[in-house]
Amino acid sequence: MFVKPAKEVGIAGYGVYFPIYRIKAAEIARIWGRVGEKLPTEEKAVSAPDEDTITIAVEAARYALKRAQIDPRELGAVYVGTESNPYAVKPCGTIVAEAIGTAPTIATADYEFACKAGTEAFQTTIGLVGSGMIKYGMVIGADTAQGRPADELEYTAACGGAAFIFGLKSDETIAYIEGTYSFVTDMPDFWRRDLQPYPRHTGRFTGDPSYFRHIVSAGKGLMQELNLKPDDFSYAVFHQPNTRYPIEVGEQLGFPFDKVKPGLLVPMIGNVYAGSSPCGLAAILDVAKPGERILMVSYGSGAGSDAFSFVVQEAIERKRNLAPSVASLIARKRYIDYAFYARYRGKILF
Amino acid sequence: MLRVPRYWREIPYRYRLIGNKCKNCSKIYFPPKQRCRVCGSKELEAINLPRQGRLITYTVIRSPPSGYEKYAPYIVGIIELEGGIRILSQIVDCDPAEITIGMEVEAAFRRVIEQGEAGVIEYGYKFRPVIRS
Amino acid sequence: MRKVAIIGVGCTKVDDHWGKSLRNLFADAALKALEDAGVERVDSLYVGNMSSGFLQAQEHLGALMADSIGMPGIPAVKVEAACASGGAAFHEGFKAVVSGLADLVLVGGVEKMTDTLTPHVSSAMIMAEDQEYTAYTGVTFVGLNALIHRLYMETFKAKPEEIAMFPVVDHQHAVNNPFAQFQSTITVDRVLKSPFVADPLHILECAGIGDGAAAAILCPLEKAKDFTDTPIEVAASTVATDTLSLHERDNLLTFAASQRAANSAYEMAKIRQSDVDVLEVHDAFSILGPLSLEDLGFVKKGEGAKFTMEGQTAIGGKLPTNTFGGLKARGHPVGATGVYQIVELTWQLRGEAGKNQVNGAEIGMAQNIGGIGATVTVHILRRVK
Repeated sequence: MFVKPAKEVGIAGYGVYFPIYRIKAAEIARIWGRVGEKLPTEEKAVSAPDEDTITIAVEAARYALKRAQIDPRELGAVYVGTESNPYAVKPCGTIVAEAIGTAPTIATADYEFACKAGTEAFQTTIGLVGSGMIKYGMVIGADTAQGRPADELEYTAACGGAAFIFGLKSDETIAYIEGTYSFVTDMPDFWRRDLQPYPRHTGRFTGDPSYFRHIVSAGKGLMQELNLKPDDFSYAVFHQPNTRYPIEVGEQLGFPFDKVKPGLLVPMIGNVYAGSSPCGLAAILDVAKPGERILMVSYGSGAGSDAFSFVVQEAIERKRNLAPSVASLIARKRYIDYAFYARYRGKILF
Repeated sequence: MLRVPRYWREIPYRYRLIGNKCKNCSKIYFPPKQRCRVCGSKELEAINLPRQGRLITYTVIRSPPSGYEKYAPYIVGIIELEGGIRILSQIVDCDPAEITIGMEVEAAFRRVIEQGEAGVIEYGYKFRPVIRS
Repeated sequence: MRKVAIIGVGCTKVDDHWGKSLRNLFADAALKALEDAGVERVDSLYVGNMSSGFLQAQEHLGALMADSIGMPGIPAVKVEAACASGGAAFHEGFKAVVSGLADLVLVGGVEKMTDTLTPHVSSAMIMAEDQEYTAYTGVTFVGLNALIHRLYMETFKAKPEEIAMFPVVDHQHAVNNPFAQFQSTITVDRVLKSPFVADPLHILECAGIGDGAAAAILCPLEKAKDFTDTPIEVAASTVATDTLSLHERDNLLTFAASQRAANSAYEMAKIRQSDVDVLEVHDAFSILGPLSLEDLGFVKKGEGAKFTMEGQTAIGGKLPTNTFGGLKARGHPVGATGVYQIVELTWQLRGEAGKNQVNGAEIGMAQNIGGIGATVTVHILRRVK
């Protein structure tokens, strides 16, 4: 799919939230006897017992509204993309909408597509705004991903989220969308059956045929449609399941490390699943200059990738400081040990 | 205890910190009232309370009521919001050793309690040390 | 207006009464009071209780208790004002006699709290607080008092040991009270080393959980000498309320309801603070001791802890307070406490207080607090000469 909406759509505001707690990968390694090995992250963000995807989504949404400087009642849609909905059946979107004070006359739904649930909703919202159906729409990608104890993913499955508000491109928007392109195939690389507490993954099968193939296809496809080359972009941000993959896929697409680094958050906060590439995008918006171009390509297991090209606008300079930066939220941290981690993440039976 | 309709009634102020204000003498109430105790007026309008304030006293709950065991110990304090209205709330994201009377706190959105394993999850405001840019 | 007298009192020990139910406890106390008064039948009955519904799934205590003492048919109702239920029930009994509607009234307070685990009791106790706006935050009743305790220390530079002295004096007084829950002494040091329940309140600063019942028989003063040689006049009976929640008040360190109820009571009894010989205050938590001394007008605001530290509240001091152990040592079966206070003052004013006797005690005063000061009842009793 390639989408260039009828009217140009921009980002009116963005916000990010991570819980305060962190556990070091080395601490997890200590429990399972994997001392001295190279680990996929340094540390990851852990939700407090009274946090979940919905609370994280609300915090990110409030920061996005601060930057957008709009009345929440102007929102026509609120979409939440996650694979860790606190309820199996009850939408996150309604609670988020009620918490931020939208009018009842909105569309809301939850999106699910593993780690690209958030960017899926980007596309829908861009469509709704670009077609003139709504004035502003909010999308949140957030997760409180559960890592199976002793599994590779325990080091990376983390908690956090990002919210984006889309509106028609104007002098008030901080970046606009040039286009979006998706690449989706049926790829059983990672899944969770109903009532199972943890997902299953297929090891190295999640690499080349899954993550790399879909991101590269979407990224190349987008650049082709837009007649752009890697040199035209100042930044590239990808889905971040671990530290190595986004750097490698960047290289495969022709992006050197220094274009990927500003959006690379996984070493500090882990993989926040549906929030992963959106949080990386937010980190880039915290530093990017007007006129610079950003490539974002998400990846959701199952599998698919959504690629976006954004161009930063003038308004970023006066709007980015209206809410805490990604860096300040990363810096707000408190370390816990494995015992508290097991308690906070509900791994202890009461 | 199944108390779903009641939780639903409480959503506006739990989620958005809504009090009310006497249209006649401007006294602010949280909880809201239907009659002003200062001037007797029955004309009161809903308002959004300020979301930031300073902590005036606190305690650490170590012996919680039923249902709150998995969150203990937790900090509870009285906060004076901008403008003078006070509110009682949990204080999160900080250690009891770091709390000081007078510290600046802001409203956050958190889980409060679950109505059992299969019941509704109740959300509401708690306060945390202000996150600065 | 008619005058009212107490002609009989009785109570149970405060304890884990595993073998006794709500009605057993009530009947034990009520039958003792009836015997003490030499009375076979009363005109009406008021039952003070806070949590029978939540803790025992039992409501409708008026009818239940009338039946349990062999008097089904008499007017009977439960009166509830959180931990001031006892005082509030006594006030209703007082009104019934004062108005002329009844000549013999039984007032009893009863609470059965020990059948269940502590978190469940905490849930019951926080029902005294606003359930829609405050209780759901997970604050406990101990926690609310701890908020006051900390603010008091900050504001008046009071030391934890000065406030901890209050329960220590309670325990001294309870040594000679066979009805007290705890009859051994404690030290300030032990109090301050005991674990925190809600910082800065230590567990030995908090009244325990216990079962108990207390009862009193009222009649018009002019008829009292038909029943007893030592009638005790109810010189004042008042009730006042305040906002339910602490945070709504202008002053967090003053219970305006205590001040209101006390001032009305002094006026009703035509006395001043200096006339009070023996006092009962509602020290469910240590801080409420000093705070009540201040709010009732015995000491200046902020000086209650020092007054206690000086020994002035002990028997032999300027203002003997909680002479049978108070809420901390005698115990606090919440709905019964207000009536326990009346029973103990009656013993003092009759000269029946044994080793705890305050010599020449003529005027006693009892303060019973509901919630975090949202209801306060004050009673002033006077020996009839």
